[in-house]
Amino acid sequence: MDARSAREATSTQERTTMDRTSERELVVTRTIDGPAHIVFEAWTDPELLRRWWVPKSVPITLLSCEMDVRVGGTYRLVFQVDPTTTMAFFGRYLEVSPPSRLVWTNEEGEDDAVVTTVTFDEDQGRTRLVVHDLYPSKDALDSAIASESTAGWVEMLDQLDELLLELRAGS
Amino acid sequence: MVQYSDARLDASFAALSDATRRGVLERLGRADASITDLAEAFHLTLTGMRKHVGVLEQADLVTTRKVGRVRTCTLGPRRLEDETAWIERQRRLWDERFDELERIVGERRRKEQIDGRTKRA
Repeated sequence: MDARSAREATSTQERTTMDRTSERELVVTRTIDGPAHIVFEAWTDPELLRRWWVPKSVPITLLSCEMDVRVGGTYRLVFQVDPTTTMAFFGRYLEVSPPSRLVWTNEEGEDDAVVTTVTFDEDQGRTRLVVHDLYPSKDALDSAIASESTAGWVEMLDQLDELLLELRAGS
Repeated sequence: MVQYSDARLDASFAALSDATRRGVLERLGRADASITDLAEAFHLTLTGMRKHVGVLEQADLVTTRKVGRVRTCTLGPRRLEDETAWIERQRRLWDERFDELERIVGERRRKEQIDGRTKRA
């Protein structure tokens, strides 16, 4: 077993962690095999970002990705979520310190902005990533969680309804 | 314990077996609402909506509180279980995203090494 596969074998369990660390905070962590300056580039170059931001298992398309990465600069990502709906995510960069720290606001919600801080901490060629979301209030985070979890349930049950109708029609 | 959670699951599924009640949950996921708001939104009588909300309340999916003459409905304590599931779903999403990021970082690093060698040559 070479060094690389040994590392992969020991780290497959929970390589990515995610926790609600307080009433208003969510924290995601992961160590990426590569130096911080390249990881930072992948977060700040729109052509690179659009290659990894949407996981393959998620049936949405990133239509456009505009990023003016400097303090006070804005970004705007537009996604096609289904054939008739697009969704825009946008905000402003508050701090840009290559290759170690990136802070921006998410202003698409109804409430005050969510502030996202990403830190890039390099150690022996690997980069520890910490993505920290700070919500304006406990309620804002609660309702972000509730709306999506409920939507998931509802969607699943609607599909079940359709399936039952089909089965009934078929019999 | 098993029986207790089975009973709870039965109550949940019974409550969720109705499209109107699922619609009510979806709506309450966006914002709290009064029985009157919900009755109007779903074109039901107040009595009809009260019954639906009653079933959701029995299953802990909704809680209500009365302020003055208005009864306001909120998503219930079952949210807590949802939170764990939601965080796990998000974690998997990030995990998949980071796998792809790692692949791209590896690609760039190899390119940088090759470019570095070419420049030195």
